[in-house]
Amino acid sequence: MTVPVRPYGPRAVLVETHSPVALAPLLRLVVGVEEVVPGACTVLVLHDGRPDVDRSVADVVRMLESGDAPAAESATAPAPPPVTIDVVYDGPDLEEVARMSGLGVDEVVDLHTSALHVSAFCGFAPGFAYLEGLPAALHVPRRSTPRTRVPAGSVAIAGPYSAVYPTGSPGGWRLLGRTSAVVWDAAADDPALLAPGTSVRFRSVTRLADGEVS
Amino acid sequence: MIEVIDAGVATTLQDRGRPGWAWLGVPPSGALDRSSYEAANALVGNTDGQAALEITGGGVTLRCVDSHVLAVTGAACPGVPMDAAFTAGPGHEIRFEPPTQGFRTYLAVAGGFVARPVLGSRSRDQLSALGPEPVRRGDILDVDGARTWAHGERPPASLMLRPRAAPDVVRIWPGPRDDWFADAIGHLVGHAWRIGDDIGRVGLRLVGSPLRRTRLGELPSEGMITGAIQVPHDGQPIVLLADHPTTGGYPVVAVVDPQDVDRLAHLRPGDHLRFEAAPGAGSGPRVV
Repeated sequence: MTVPVRPYGPRAVLVETHSPVALAPLLRLVVGVEEVVPGACTVLVLHDGRPDVDRSVADVVRMLESGDAPAAESATAPAPPPVTIDVVYDGPDLEEVARMSGLGVDEVVDLHTSALHVSAFCGFAPGFAYLEGLPAALHVPRRSTPRTRVPAGSVAIAGPYSAVYPTGSPGGWRLLGRTSAVVWDAAADDPALLAPGTSVRFRSVTRLADGEVS
Repeated sequence: MIEVIDAGVATTLQDRGRPGWAWLGVPPSGALDRSSYEAANALVGNTDGQAALEITGGGVTLRCVDSHVLAVTGAACPGVPMDAAFTAGPGHEIRFEPPTQGFRTYLAVAGGFVARPVLGSRSRDQLSALGPEPVRRGDILDVDGARTWAHGERPPASLMLRPRAAPDVVRIWPGPRDDWFADAIGHLVGHAWRIGDDIGRVGLRLVGSPLRRTRLGELPSEGMITGAIQVPHDGQPIVLLADHPTTGGYPVVAVVDPQDVDRLAHLRPGDHLRFEAAPGAGSGPRVV
């Protein structure tokens, strides 16, 4: 059985997989691997260039997909409770998202808050997590013209993902609301609140307490 | 301490960067011409990846407040001793004139420049705005005095370093999505490229014959590395540098050989560039 391990120069390979979050920590254990970077349906593996790293990586992928992979410690321990993020749902795109979905604003909020979201991968900015689990009814495309400035703490959706903007930046996602939860703190031991694999629930509130997250 | 009289256009502290955090969206950053940075530190006796100044296109004037042992490597700035440690006493001014060859110059000081580390590094990440602010006129740069040389002590010997200039040819390997184009490596190798508008430490825009996709649709976001060559919709490739976004949805068709990545630091807008296939680069993915 061949495994899609694509060369990425002499010091990296790209693995295509349906389960990047499950695969990435296992690949991190392969001798010679220096770093793993999950993507939407890939894991990028940076290695030290030793021979046959790609074969070792392929072996691990085969093991995971055949169910023989040694369970990572985190897989056997009880899953940590989801992070709860309080949101005031008053975003500038909320009504348009409702229109595009053929739903009322309250229904949009209900759908977003009743889903269990899971961080699939990070990219775009430090701490920017692409959260899977957005109900299909809310899958809308990005804005055709991005905003030049999306405030930090903006809660947004685009395609199949939700996200919380960790800092102010340009952005094309649809803004549903805002939170005071800190999703990126470079000085903290765990700088990203929404590291890949973290599960998240959004909770609708009328007011934000500063920095509140439970 | 060293005072900044003229800050130049893009002068930042850099060190070995912060690799290992890409899974959280953090670029590796660090000195773009890593070997020149390491040589500068070696010349002043720094062995722990201390922060140095990365100067882009010269145009910088510094004044020593205290006595320091310094070394300058990378693109040669006229009037500055290159590739050798030297002592500069209080009040000594150093003017980095624009280099005639190459683009990035490194100034190391014995002890290293002091700044609060972020994720273990003092590198300024231009994309993410992590790390110490870029250097500005009037700044007083602190130096870790614990490693200064005693008065009269001999500094390390100079190093024989190849002069840094923009490369004419850079070696490339196939990338993971070269199958989104008819013959991406052939196209890159077979055409001449010019460096386009400046996007700093994030990447190099290439201007030339556009690459045309043979495959439609969007590519889901996937990880990228320094030296990767991605092709956006306009077909004009971008070569990623150390402050690159960690993931992206444009196909990466090739990767610059790791041994040529340092040389990318010496390309500036308007320079011309060609590619050649790295020896040992097979064509197509190895089936494992």
